[in-house]
Amino acid sequence: MGYRVHVPSDTTAKALGADRLARAIEALAEEMGDDLEIRRNGTRALYWLEPLVEVDTPEGRYGFGPVKESDLESLFAAEFWKGKVDHPLALGLVEEIPYLKRQERLTFARAGVTDPLSLEDYRAHDGFKGLENALALNPQVIVDMVKESGLRGRGGAAFPTGIKWQTVLNAPADQKYIVCNADEGDSGTFADRLVMECDPFMLIEGMTIAGLAVGATQGYIYLRSEYPLANTNLNAAIETAYANNLLGEDILGSGQRFDLEVRVGAGAYICGEETSLLESLEGKRGLVRAKPPLPAIVGLFGQPTVVNNVLSLAAVPFILDKGAKAYADCGMGRSRGTLPFQLAGNVKQGGLVELAFGPSLRELMFEFGGGTRNGRPLRAVQVGGPLGAYLPESQWDTQLDYEEFAKVGAVLGHGGVVMFDDRVDMGEQARFSMEFCVAESCGKCTPCRIGSTRGVEVIDRIRAGENVEGNLELLSDLCETMVDGSLCAMGGMTPFPVQSAMKHFGEDFTNTSTKDSTSALEEV
Amino acid sequence: MTMPGSAGWEPTAAQAIIDQLKSKPGALLPILHAIQDRFSYIPEEAVALIAPALKLTRAEVHGVISFYHHFRTHQPGRHVVEICRAEACQAQGVRALEAHAKATLGVDYHQTTADRTVTLEPVYCLGNCACGPSVRVGDEIHAHVDAQAFDALVESLKTERVEVQ
Repeated sequence: MGYRVHVPSDTTAKALGADRLARAIEALAEEMGDDLEIRRNGTRALYWLEPLVEVDTPEGRYGFGPVKESDLESLFAAEFWKGKVDHPLALGLVEEIPYLKRQERLTFARAGVTDPLSLEDYRAHDGFKGLENALALNPQVIVDMVKESGLRGRGGAAFPTGIKWQTVLNAPADQKYIVCNADEGDSGTFADRLVMECDPFMLIEGMTIAGLAVGATQGYIYLRSEYPLANTNLNAAIETAYANNLLGEDILGSGQRFDLEVRVGAGAYICGEETSLLESLEGKRGLVRAKPPLPAIVGLFGQPTVVNNVLSLAAVPFILDKGAKAYADCGMGRSRGTLPFQLAGNVKQGGLVELAFGPSLRELMFEFGGGTRNGRPLRAVQVGGPLGAYLPESQWDTQLDYEEFAKVGAVLGHGGVVMFDDRVDMGEQARFSMEFCVAESCGKCTPCRIGSTRGVEVIDRIRAGENVEGNLELLSDLCETMVDGSLCAMGGMTPFPVQSAMKHFGEDFTNTSTKDSTSALEEV
Repeated sequence: MTMPGSAGWEPTAAQAIIDQLKSKPGALLPILHAIQDRFSYIPEEAVALIAPALKLTRAEVHGVISFYHHFRTHQPGRHVVEICRAEACQAQGVRALEAHAKATLGVDYHQTTADRTVTLEPVYCLGNCACGPSVRVGDEIHAHVDAQAFDALVESLKTERVEVQ
């Protein structure tokens, strides 16, 4: 009877050498005559511990990390496959690691536990139970369950998912579509990627349930081209699903149909905006559409379409399996369920932290994140991607909740948290926000297209010390114009990081000569 | 995508790709991807084949190609090296890395080194945000890339055996 060893296989684990490590373990096991079965799991997304090697034992999985190839000799000498052994990299039982134990992993229950492409593993961990339940329900009951769960769109806008589904269900049409927005372009976010790389069947299941709920027979996953591994894993999982009647014309013998295809984007951030995404799926330039009509009424190819984020659709199997109440029981206020937060940037313990809404940003950054990676004081935090505000320390006690964040002029967005130490130059960050909008604006509306270019110019003048007061006022006006006059969130929210930087870190705009962030950051 | 496309232009291969994909709803992006994956860029000649197949004008096809950062209309170097410029990597020192990369390669973004080994491109987020700065070469992502690691990476690309097609 051999021992089973798990080596992670998501993009970050691979980037940290997990593939080489897996090969080296295999080679060494063969050489030593040890009977080890190497399996590739997804990742727990405790990234400071990657590559995190786990071994099965009767008490649970023991972990070792971060493991380098040079550690293998001593790990083999310690007979690490037995789990509870003495070794400097020994982490004990993985599920007892506080970072993981304190989370509420509803959506990410399987991440790092299962082999992402094993249908057997997925089924053994509650997979497709939600779909089986959904097949026995009428569409309105499914939609009602999603409404009762309180699930709100996890892409950032937080619109109630059930209400969107109801609109599509009510729209009469011969053809409706489910479109999964997998254009996860926000810096500091990787939760969608983790779903697709580590648990792709969950997304397939969620989309199929959505199809049953609203009467859509075709689904598309619009995946960004920056995620090659997600593309590979999704396509492999879809093929397996077709081969097992989990997709196609007769799902689990029910006579119901749902087809699913991955479409790859082409490096345009704006295509994460739902109407731009639909244009792109239709094979056009990703120009934003004016709303109304809503995509739920006139969406892809003019048909009623559900456009949901990966995490929204990934939450659905849990709701259909464990019930709406089990999901709604987590959270606070109008933010029900869990949000997978992602700790990124200059953070000591980066990774995925799935929590019920409610704890403070400070708890997340320090109790989970452990502060900055280089130990310097934390100064600014951008939450919710490149269109999210920068929060100064005075706002770190804000509770992680959509409404609480809105009260301080910030957004939770897709749950990305990017931490910066005290050497950050907020004038430079503000400039980047505008520069990013110049690069990524679709160009349809003037405030976004021209405003962002003017924004870069004005910030450059401020940073050069040219009529600082007058130009700061001009920048404020410009931000207001963009917020009020842009067609979509790209131009409408680009000013959020700029305004927050001006408001909370004003000294960085007026005193630029003492900062040299390029050289300072080299030591990170 | 480690440039299988050093292959020269082959109209029959391009036409076969187009014929295979053109009846898909919204076929243009899948076709452009398949062409670029095969030839490493989208040659002008391909546009002339795609437009009539989809009943579009060449201007419309050009419009779509130029909208998306991913598509390119010129042959890149043997390797495309993408540096993530986004905020999470900024917080981990990517500005210094960018400056280093440009200086050592002697090129700016969107340019190719004189020996045609490396085309340098910016990218906005590779989803490796807890372990930046991040760099992508082909389908491989590299984590915690500092100046030293970047130099080693470029060196490995330079010395890599050129595959004979």
